[in-house]
Amino acid sequence: MGTYEDFVARTDGTCGKDKDIIVTFKYDKKNEAIERILEKAKIEKSISHIIFELTFGDTSFRLYGSGKAIFRDMSSKEKLQAILTELLS
Amino acid sequence: MLDPYKIRLDFPILKRKVNGHPLVYFDNAATSQKPKQVIEAVKDFYENHNANVHRAVHTLSQEASELYEKAHEEVAQFINAKGIEETVFVRGTTEAINLVAYSWGFRNLGKQDEVIISLMEHHSNIVPWEIMSKIKGFKIRYAEVKEDGTLNYESFESLVTSRTKLVCVSHVSNITGVVNDIQRISKSTHQNGALLIVDAAQSVPHMPVDVRKLDVDFLAFSGHKMLAPTGIGVLYGKRALLEDMEPFQGGGDMIKEVDYSPRTKRCSIRWNSLPWKFEAGTPHISGGVGLMEAVRYLKQLGMKNVAAHEEMLTKYAMQHMKDCGEKVEIYGPKDASAKCGIIPFGVAGLSSHDVALFLDNYGIMIRSGFHCAQPLHQLLKLNSSARASFYIYNTKEEVDRFIEVLKEIEQF
Repeated sequence: MGTYEDFVARTDGTCGKDKDIIVTFKYDKKNEAIERILEKAKIEKSISHIIFELTFGDTSFRLYGSGKAIFRDMSSKEKLQAILTELLS
Repeated sequence: MLDPYKIRLDFPILKRKVNGHPLVYFDNAATSQKPKQVIEAVKDFYENHNANVHRAVHTLSQEASELYEKAHEEVAQFINAKGIEETVFVRGTTEAINLVAYSWGFRNLGKQDEVIISLMEHHSNIVPWEIMSKIKGFKIRYAEVKEDGTLNYESFESLVTSRTKLVCVSHVSNITGVVNDIQRISKSTHQNGALLIVDAAQSVPHMPVDVRKLDVDFLAFSGHKMLAPTGIGVLYGKRALLEDMEPFQGGGDMIKEVDYSPRTKRCSIRWNSLPWKFEAGTPHISGGVGLMEAVRYLKQLGMKNVAAHEEMLTKYAMQHMKDCGEKVEIYGPKDASAKCGIIPFGVAGLSSHDVALFLDNYGIMIRSGFHCAQPLHQLLKLNSSARASFYIYNTKEEVDRFIEVLKEIEQF
């Protein structure tokens, strides 16, 4: 379980009707986090290899080269934590 | 016209890069960046004059008091208040409105009364009144907003009756940038014997604001949106109203005396004079000093020039956003001259947060979400919105970069 804490700096629920969660990876670990996620998730599309539309199981999300990701319609932070733990391990 | 390139030299933060790109700061409606003059003024205060204000006889306290009082004078002049008695320093717009809700509303609003609030308000001009309504039982009536985000004046005026005791409205919408006709609202409010409180958080930093010309009873704004530090803001109130009101908070500096009577075993209290009656405890002195410097900076630029620069950028950006493709939609009025430096927009198929993260990736900072104005989003049938907002240091070249990335987003 150490993986999530190793990579994730913070998670924030978005403001608005859509209940998305924004994940910010730790600055010094962001490149490694992106690499690990890209190995496991399916790339649907990307721009210049810095912005990715991804799917992982039934979860769709976007990953940014800046070290952030947005997970859409995430029912709980626990579910997000489980997905990220799998993606980052 | 002002020269944004010259101005930018005063803002150290604008030299930095974000995600490998030069910073483009378009989130000015949330907070502004700070010029070195303000940063230096705060630093100078702590390095050379720091002490608590009022009452102490020592030199540093005298200097700190003079600076803090001078800050009130500068602000009073800036908005054309009659004097420092009419300018109460608070934490920001939110605290200013809460002050009026608790000090004036608590004692003057009852079950038979009505408060009119526009539906374009920031939560800070809705929630305090909803809370007070639950305590005092007065009725809140919401004034409609048209589909383009402008206030429906006819509907608004039909709501104002002899039962109306207070009208709450923003000068400029923090979502659409729509500028409300405060003089018109003031006229109909006062004709019915009601008072008017104006949320000027998005107008005082961006255009000339004259409280006497507008004939407002209360007006609230925040320092941090106009180059000053966070945690300092202003409540303007007509002197007679502030004189009649009870204090918001009790404590040091807001009293003249607290006299204990051995006979009654109670303290009798006399309030301090204005504006100190409403500034309990040690105030944000360095914030006040920073606000004074910010006001001086803006005065030197000229508020008409500030407004003209933002209007030019808004027109330019709106014109080029039209070329970004069918997916990009600007919300609210399409006429830039009816707005104040704020452009709400969306990209079909993407949430506002996606758009903001895309832009962030290229060093461009914009806001996304409800922007603390959920009712207006509901009314405009928006789940959320992206918002670009400009200030004195923004340039056409920055707008070009924003447009370039927006075109890329539209293709995604």
